[in-house]
Amino acid sequence: MITWLTEPFTFGFMQKALIASVIVGVVCAVIGCYVVLRSMAFLGDALAHAILPGVAVAYLLGVNLLAGALVAGILVAVGISYVSRGGTIKEDTAIGIFFAAALALGVVLISTTHTYAVDLTHVLFGNVLGVTAVDLWVTGLLALGVLMAILLLYKQLLVVSFDPILGKTLGLHTHALRTGLFLMLAATIVVALQTVGVALVAAMLVTPPATAYLLTRRLPAMMALSALLGAIPAVGGLYASYYLGVSTSGAMVLVATFIFVVAFLFAPRKGVVWRLRQRPPS
Amino acid sequence: MSEPLELRDVSVFYGTRQALDSVSLSVARAAQVAIVGPNGAGKSTLFKAMVGLLPLASGEMLMGGTPLSGHRDIAYVPQREEVDWRFPVTVFDVVAMGRYGRGKWFRRLSRSDRRIIHEAMEQMGIGDLGHRSIGELSGGQQQRVFLARALAQQPQILLLDEPFTGVDVATREATLDVLAGLRGHSVTVLVSTHDLDLAADRFDQVVLLSGRLIAAGDPEEVFTERNLQAAFGGQMVVVDGRVVVVDQCCGGADDGRRDRQ
Repeated sequence: MITWLTEPFTFGFMQKALIASVIVGVVCAVIGCYVVLRSMAFLGDALAHAILPGVAVAYLLGVNLLAGALVAGILVAVGISYVSRGGTIKEDTAIGIFFAAALALGVVLISTTHTYAVDLTHVLFGNVLGVTAVDLWVTGLLALGVLMAILLLYKQLLVVSFDPILGKTLGLHTHALRTGLFLMLAATIVVALQTVGVALVAAMLVTPPATAYLLTRRLPAMMALSALLGAIPAVGGLYASYYLGVSTSGAMVLVATFIFVVAFLFAPRKGVVWRLRQRPPS
Repeated sequence: MSEPLELRDVSVFYGTRQALDSVSLSVARAAQVAIVGPNGAGKSTLFKAMVGLLPLASGEMLMGGTPLSGHRDIAYVPQREEVDWRFPVTVFDVVAMGRYGRGKWFRRLSRSDRRIIHEAMEQMGIGDLGHRSIGELSGGQQQRVFLARALAQQPQILLLDEPFTGVDVATREATLDVLAGLRGHSVTVLVSTHDLDLAADRFDQVVLLSGRLIAAGDPEEVFTERNLQAAFGGQMVVVDGRVVVVDQCCGGADDGRRDRQ
């Protein structure tokens, strides 16, 4: 049993994969708490897809793909925040416009090359087993930055998310904070690109926090539990891919979803079963 | 010592619709004012403009001669419908937010902050609910939480948006008690309400609003049939010489749409 558990990680590439997926699982799950509470799931998904042209440009120029993704993510995040600022264009409309435009640009750029098939698959579904030492450093530093910012700005982000009007009356720069949150989200998605890929990153942003929401009643506890619930599928996904030969990112998301379903059914107070038992028989 | 709140020709647009049309108003320091008007009269819009949430298309808002936007000591109690009650915060968390301003964003709450928070909760009769999730509370308790938060802010101006709509009698009385208690602390209070009788009975000054200012001043002078007709139009009937407003009150949608920033 012990060997069964340790054997996969005797390989160097599996060790790197483990570190990368746990980092990604945790940072996605923590910032994901705000994604869930502020109903920004659409933004998360859109940012992920909008990163595609950045990757394509970086690929065509032969520079680091993560750098290209980060630049594209930042541009789109700032763009959405700016366009929807006054309220004339609603946030989800702005997201839809930028999302589709960036994705289209990415497809056009990628179609100009002829050898994109493999790389595109990696962008869409991740390639955690191919993580290099450099990737690991970039991932670690970006993730550390995001987590530090969330910790330092805890009160500000809490107030702005829960009650933006109070934020205004207390003198917070609500627009700057919102843009900051978008940027952190963009950085997180770039970090997650290599591990879970564009197509499935939304699940890692939303599913563990949603599970944690069902099981906790205060935001700090929700974030802590969410981090744990983000790390578990990261490890589980690697085992699944090692022993069953299935897609790592796909397995990660399925593990996270399974935990969510269990919590949805059996969580104290908020779970379906609990509520059924609380309801007096009619 | 009077440090009046002064609104001069304030116009505000909500999207493309003009919600307030050159409203001018002067409120003495520590006065308690009821803002009355039909749904969509611009009551919430006025408050949101005062806290800086909506930009002024024209005019200015001054307190003690300086622009209101520079003042941090305004507390705003939103309509209950505008709060996300599923948010994972406890009663204590919400009231504590009232102490976050004043340079406390990167520091822990001090002992005196905690004392102020607990006093505010006691004053609103929710001292023993500190650890409860806000979503588990009754409507009246929820309103008290936000009032306690406003008290913890120790504001100079307190804005209450429809605090008497859809709450139980105990909460309504507790709210009025708090307002009475604030008289001793020279807090200027503006309350929006649909309740004309309450406005006339319990407030120094009433402001009748319907997109523009219809009248402001003593309740007897403001609540004339002519003024009420101008404000409420077809929603008003006169029965036995007594004015009755037939208001399809008050879903809370009013003119207040919650925008996340």
